[in-house]
This record gives sequence, C-alpha cells and structure tokens, in this order.
Amino acid sequence: MNAEASSYVVRDMAPARLPPVTAFGPWRWLKQNLLQDATSITLTIGGLGFIALLVPSLWRFLVSDAVWHGGPSACASAKGACWVFIAQKLPFLTYGAYPEAQRWRVDVVVGSGFALIIWLASPRLPRRNLAAALFFVVFPVVALILLHGAPALGLETIDTSLWGGIFVTLLLGLAGIVFALPLGTALALGRRSNLPLIRLTATIFIETVRGVPFITVLFLANFMLPLFVPAAWEPDRLLRPMIGTALFGAAYMAEVVRGGLQALPRGQIEAARALGLSSWSALRRVVLPQALTIVIPGIVNSFIGLFKDTTLVSIVGIFDFLGAAEAARADPKWQGPSIATTGYVFAALFYFCCCYAMSRWSHGLERRLQHGPEA
Amino acid sequence: MTRRLSLSILALTAMTTLAGVAHATSTLDTVKQRGVLQCGVETSLPGFGIPDDKGNWTGLDVDTCRAVATAVFGDPTKVKFVPLTPKDRFTALQSGEIDMLSRDTTWTQSRQSAQGLLFTGVNYYDGQGFMVRKSLGITSALKLNGASICVQQGSTSEQNLADYFQTHHMTFKPVNFDNADAIIKAYDSGRCDALTTDASGLASERLKLGNPADHIILPEIISKEPLGPSVRKGDDQWFDIVQWSLFAMIDAEELGVTQANVDTMMKSTNPAIKRLLGVQGDYGKTMGLTNDWAYNIIKKVGNYGEVFERNVGEGSPLKLKRGLNQLWNKGGIMYAPPLD
Repeated sequence: MNAEASSYVVRDMAPARLPPVTAFGPWRWLKQNLLQDATSITLTIGGLGFIALLVPSLWRFLVSDAVWHGGPSACASAKGACWVFIAQKLPFLTYGAYPEAQRWRVDVVVGSGFALIIWLASPRLPRRNLAAALFFVVFPVVALILLHGAPALGLETIDTSLWGGIFVTLLLGLAGIVFALPLGTALALGRRSNLPLIRLTATIFIETVRGVPFITVLFLANFMLPLFVPAAWEPDRLLRPMIGTALFGAAYMAEVVRGGLQALPRGQIEAARALGLSSWSALRRVVLPQALTIVIPGIVNSFIGLFKDTTLVSIVGIFDFLGAAEAARADPKWQGPSIATTGYVFAALFYFCCCYAMSRWSHGLERRLQHGPEA
Repeated sequence: MTRRLSLSILALTAMTTLAGVAHATSTLDTVKQRGVLQCGVETSLPGFGIPDDKGNWTGLDVDTCRAVATAVFGDPTKVKFVPLTPKDRFTALQSGEIDMLSRDTTWTQSRQSAQGLLFTGVNYYDGQGFMVRKSLGITSALKLNGASICVQQGSTSEQNLADYFQTHHMTFKPVNFDNADAIIKAYDSGRCDALTTDASGLASERLKLGNPADHIILPEIISKEPLGPSVRKGDDQWFDIVQWSLFAMIDAEELGVTQANVDTMMKSTNPAIKRLLGVQGDYGKTMGLTNDWAYNIIKKVGNYGEVFERNVGEGSPLKLKRGLNQLWNKGGIMYAPPLD
C-alpha cells in the first residue's frame, strides 16, 4: 500500500452493527415461519382464529367449568368435565373388577413388564440378551401364574371375567406386539420361500386375514371357535380375542417385513453366502438386522395401530379400558350431562400418551441405528 | 388319496363325537359338576345387568340368574356372569358356553323357531315410549302430530315409530342418530321435541339430562317388548328349572312371601305356600332339585316384587313404575302358573 493511498483508506474496521430486527431472534422466526408471504399470513391469521375459537371452550370444559371436588351430586348438572368421576372410577378403569386385595399382583406384573421393556429398549444398559430371555420366556409364564393365580402357591385363582381396564388393554397390546413380530417375520420369509407349499400357505394366510376387517377376525375367534371345539377345550373368553389380535397383527407385520426384505440389495445375501455363512446365519446376521432396521417406522406404525385396534374387543364383551369406561359411565349413581364426554376425553388422553410414547421411542431407535449401535 | 380322505373323515367323526359327548350330559349335571352356573348377561345396562367397581353385578336379569343358581346350589353366589353383546348372545348359548341367557332379550317367534333357543318366561314387560319436555304441555303421544322425534337409526324403535304415526294419521320429522348418547345429547340441546326408545331405557336416559325434572315420559306404549330368560333347546329338565325359578319368585310375591317373612311363612297353613316352600310335596325333586329350592330363592334373592323394586323400581335410581309388570291381580299382567 503506497503513501497516497494510505491517506484515504480507512485504517480501522467499522464497528459491527446489529442485523435488522427482522433478521434474528424471535422476529426472524416469526417472519420466516408465520408471516413470510400473503399465503402464510392468511394461514397464520386463520390458525390463530381457529385456536381462539377452540381453546376458550376447551379450557372451560376441561378446567374452569370442570368439577374437581365432591361426589356424584356435584356432577349432576355440571357444564364441564366431571373429573371426580374419573378419580372415583380410576381403580375400576385400571384394574376392572380384579379383587382389591389381589391388585398388587397386577402392579407387580405391569411394573416388572415395564422395567424389562426399558431394559430391553435402552442401549446403555448391560446384559440386554438376559433381558430378552427374561421378557420373552420367563415373564409370560410368571405373569400368567401371578395374574391367573396358582392355588398351590397360595395365590387364589382370579377368573378372567374379572379382569378389565387399562391392565387388559396393556395385556392385549403387549400380547399382540410380542407375538406379531416373530410370527410376521416368519410369514414374510415364508412368502418369499422357494418351497411352493410354504409360500402358498403364508400367502393364503396373509391375504385372508388382511382381506377381512379386524372386527370379523374377532367375531370369528369369539363366536365360531366355540361352535367347532367341544366345550371342554374351549379357550378362555379373554384368550380368544388375544389370539385374534396376534394373528391379525402378524398378517400386517408380515407385509411390513416383506417390504424391508425386498428393499435389501441381493448382493448382501450373496456376499454373506460367499463368505461361507450358512443360509440360516446369513439370514440372522445379515439380512434380518438390515431389513428390520429399514422398516422400523412401519413396524411401530403397525404396533400403534394394533394397540388402538384392541379397543374393538369391547364389542365382544371384554371390559378393556374402553369397555370399562363404557361400563363406568353407565353407572346409575353417576348421571350427568358431561359424564360420558369426560370418560371419552380421559380415554383419548390415555391412548394419545401411549401412542406418542411409542412413536418417540421409535424415532430414538431409528436415529441410534442409523448412527451405528455405539452412538 | 383314499387314505387321506378316510383319515379326514375319521378326524371329523372324532370331533363330532366329542362335541356330541359334551352335549349329551344334562345341563343340570354339567352345572353341578362345574360347581357354578354360567349365565349370559348385559355388558352394562343399569337396572338389568351392570357390574359395579368391584365386579359385583346388579340388575333384574342378573338376579334372575342368581335365582336359578340358588335353586340348583342353594347359594346365589355360585354363578359366573358372562357379559354378552347383542351380537354374540345367541352363539354363546348355542355353543354351550353359557347355561342360560338373561340379557334383556325380546321374546319373538323367529328367535324361538330359528335360533334354537327357548324362552322360559317374561321377567320384564317392556315397550316403546316417548319422552318430552314438560314445557311443551303435552300429556299424550297422540298430540305429537308434526313433532320432530329423535330415534335410533336402524332399530326396531324406528319401525315402530313410523307404524304408530301412520296408524294414527299423524306426521313426524325423524331425527336419526346411530347411538344412544348422540340421541340424548340432541334431545337435551333441543334438536327434537320428543325422544323415543324402550320405556325402561327412557327412564335411565332421563337421568342423563341436565335437569331430569323438566322432562316427562308419556303414558302411551306403542310396541310389545316382552323380555325374559332363555335356554338351549333340547333339555326339558333344564328348561323347567329356569322357568320355575322365575315363576316361584312371581308366585311368592302373589302369596305374600318375602325375603323377611319366609321363615315364619314356613309355619303357614296355606297349602299353596306349603307347596311353594317345600313343606308339602316333592316339587323340587321332580326337577332334580331339593325340595327347599324355592325357599332358598326367596330367602337369598327375594320375591319378584322385591327384586323389581331393588333393581329398577322405587329403591333404584331408575324409579320405574310397576305398570304392566304389576301382578295380574293388582292391575298388571305379570302372571305365573300355580305351583301345584
């Protein structure tokens, strides 16, 4: 730089100025997300109007007009939700008619079930294969003994007609999920098998079950089965819809898994075979881990669907959570204009929480598996 | 091929034989062997069959089951209630899953002739009625000309309603919904002038209204709905037991035998009471029961009037009037053949 130039070149940098107010912070967010152009401004205004229309009445129903204290008489002419009703009926909604003194058995089963699921689902915990063994082999047996009772061990027998509420919903959902995945995987493999008999059986099963509504499967399990088997062999009334749920879930799961199998390049299995892996180990170590990872969103989607579908069992006279809610609101002691709505709002909240938790967990799982098992 | 065919025939024969064996023994023996009566009931209908929070069932139909259990075992607790929906009630009975059905089921010709079941009697004479707002100032259904009426879609109520208005040369505007809750909400918010369903249902729906006292149930009953217990065809002894358990309760009311006075009634000189309570004759033995079967029913469950009052009458939230269900000699049509 020469002398003349240095006389008019500024030596010090100009002080940095703040960006315009609309380019950062909350204003930028507002402008980018809500007020970008005419369409988004219209949508924003429309959305706000919708919220303004909905929220006050929801608030009134759920909170300000709701009945929080008192007994059945307080709800007789309530304008808002009758939360007292839910509080009073909560034991029934949770356990059904399971005898009060024995409810610890349900608590133990549900508690240990959740503990095992968390153990299985969190990669940081050690010995997860032990957890899998406990969950898939020991847990069902212990759960059955505890819930149903074993007079030899001093546990009185509790007939399944007394089971009900959230506990039965969780049981149905869990049984469906636990059986649907392995059975569905087997069916998907069967459908891609080279043996015509296996392929045909799997295809017919999948197409038949998928071709009829779930309610038909339930009716079939519930009403047709007893006509075909002698009375002594008749499965329990609760077991029938459980079997129906598992078979129905399996047929859908099979197609989801098949999608994953087809997405896998052929080279993978060929490479595995070229390395000398037997076809069984190639399947177990190469094909299935990759195929199942690809379809996690689909699998969880099926799980969520299955979990919500279990509400249909109330149509065949099982007091699952929704059935218990229906029975609770029919109680002549609790009469009021908002009782039924309160029951349904509570049921909706419950199902939303369960399904949202499953969905978040699957997101976490996907992220982890994409980054490799260590991450 | 022939071998496979004969194998499958063998398997089929084995299955039918097994099924046959299961049904060959009498229902009474099956029940006694099992130690508990299996009775099909409503899933949750206040007054007729509904479980409370502890799984204790109450209701008129439920007590009918208890009466049969008491006749067989002398113990009203020896009954397992199987909640059934309208769709599976008949299959459950046909397949032998339940021993009797007591689930507000209307006795009709086709159900008896085509569904393989026999109704043993009527424990509640129901019929379709109307509910209106008191402020309308209407006291008879015949004044409903031109009214808008809330009714359940696809139900027999809908058909009966149309028939009734046609026969009386009146018009109405139907407001249809497919479930009971939607109907009551619509009526409560003023979308229709009147609401129609079975009269017993009206009484329980009325309690769900914002202010039940503002509404009245009109006196006209426009259809016949005789509700009662039923059994499978083909076991006459079991039919007798179920039928007479109900008749015994009705006869007991007629004879003035109640849960409270049944023990003193044992000393009664009235021959009809003596026969009923098993002091005289072998009426229980002829049905394969003990002679104190009816005594046990009355002592442990109650007579028909008591069961009615407790479940659907003044002693219950439903507060239904006896009406048609009053005894024949008190203005109703409830009538049981004599125990003789």
